[in-house]
Amino acid sequence: MKILKDKCVGCANCVPVCPVGAIFIGEDGLSEINAETCVECHNCYRSLSCEHLPPGLTRTIRKILKSISLRFQPDPDVCPTEAIAPDDLEWPRIVRRAFSDPMVTHESTGVHGRGTEEVKTNDVSDRIKEGDVGLVVEFGRPGIGAYFREVQDVTRILATSGATFESGNPVFQMMTNTQTGDIREDVLDEKVLSCIVELTMPLKETGRLLAEVKEICKSVETVISIGLSTVCDQDGNDAIKDILLAEGYEIGWAKVNLGLGRKAGSSSVGKEIVQ
Amino acid sequence: MTNTLHRYGKKENLRDDFIVFAMAAKGFNEQGALEKAQTFLRAAIKYKPINMGNALVNSLYRPEKNLSFIKLYFIGRQEKTTYENLIDEMPGPGSAAVVFDSRDQAAKFVKDVKKLDLGLSINISALVDDTRDICGEVEITPHAVEYTLGFHGATDKLPDQDTLSISTMCGHGMVSSHFARKMMDRVKEGRITPKAAACCMAKFCVCGVFNTSKAMKILNRVKQGQ
Repeated sequence: MKILKDKCVGCANCVPVCPVGAIFIGEDGLSEINAETCVECHNCYRSLSCEHLPPGLTRTIRKILKSISLRFQPDPDVCPTEAIAPDDLEWPRIVRRAFSDPMVTHESTGVHGRGTEEVKTNDVSDRIKEGDVGLVVEFGRPGIGAYFREVQDVTRILATSGATFESGNPVFQMMTNTQTGDIREDVLDEKVLSCIVELTMPLKETGRLLAEVKEICKSVETVISIGLSTVCDQDGNDAIKDILLAEGYEIGWAKVNLGLGRKAGSSSVGKEIVQ
Repeated sequence: MTNTLHRYGKKENLRDDFIVFAMAAKGFNEQGALEKAQTFLRAAIKYKPINMGNALVNSLYRPEKNLSFIKLYFIGRQEKTTYENLIDEMPGPGSAAVVFDSRDQAAKFVKDVKKLDLGLSINISALVDDTRDICGEVEITPHAVEYTLGFHGATDKLPDQDTLSISTMCGHGMVSSHFARKMMDRVKEGRITPKAAACCMAKFCVCGVFNTSKAMKILNRVKQGQ
């Protein structure tokens, strides 16, 4: 992402909308983007409304008003001169956008956002099997961001945990060795707003793996959000609730797949018979 | 829609927040999924969801790229598009999401969706007990559940609780914590109303899962110095 200096009037509206704080007002009084911190999420470019005021005139008016202790300030979600523009991204920097812009579809999985369906379509895909649990480890969320080098530090440990990396996942697709958790070298210094690593394991291993992840979290320099999923039994109950309570987790917010999905060509009547 | 899994807050503050979304499974039932997703969203209209969206197109609340002096100061800004416009604009099924601030409205909608028998995967993100309650009411046996286990690691880098409660309503992180803080400060200073601030922030959440009612509640509390 870049700020067009010939258009920017230094109103600073773009500064707080950056999720990772990459935009700042430079020595010249105009906005700048710290390219190393920027994760190419396109939030500033996409979501700020735009006026099309003439930059020169706007700067002059701002200067005059400032001299009499007044201020011309557009609405907080407006860039008055359309001064933000996207860069043409090349590999490996384009990885930042793929993982950070929710409107981009991941090429590796065909899914937009973070590029994984997790348990959301499990009633159709049968991704997590009965008796298994899915562990969702999300790096950088909320709003901190993470380098793939930091992610690799964790995937290398998780690779020895006995759990299996989920293959329909964009981070898995970046791994050069799924047995060791190694991620391709050329993206390790790329920072993303967040990325998800998914693992599956037998239900009985839940407590042990959660303890391992908790231990890993003590040494990371980013924030990690953790989710745990499982398939419900015939009565709709799940076996992980009690495990989580025993491990000291508070049960509150959750995502529930209602089981109304079905594969193309199968009828709902047939589904009821199977159930 | 992992972006709805980690909404921050205590249980009492997470009530009245229901995200219902529909998805096709890649490689399994994508054919005709766009029309089904549109049917899903249309079915929600009569229950007046407070937000709606599809990450491929944007949410009800969206930026205006062609503001003019006349529009800004005489006609007034357009806060959001209509349900129908959003649905008609959808280029693909993606994740079609609706947000309710009422448990009863969410339950009625889910009942209708069950009758529609779209074949898409339908999920609810909410307090799990409330979702189970809805499932019981509309006679649905849940297939799977995913719990949030919260934030770990370098949590000292996270902002304060009120900011986090607002910013995590866009799980993709598009409602920046700095912007949420700015809006809270403006509300406290009386420079913007809680409603206007909530709508302003909602424009950044492209999936349409930002709960404006909940944001207003938080902003009202902040305004009163609580």
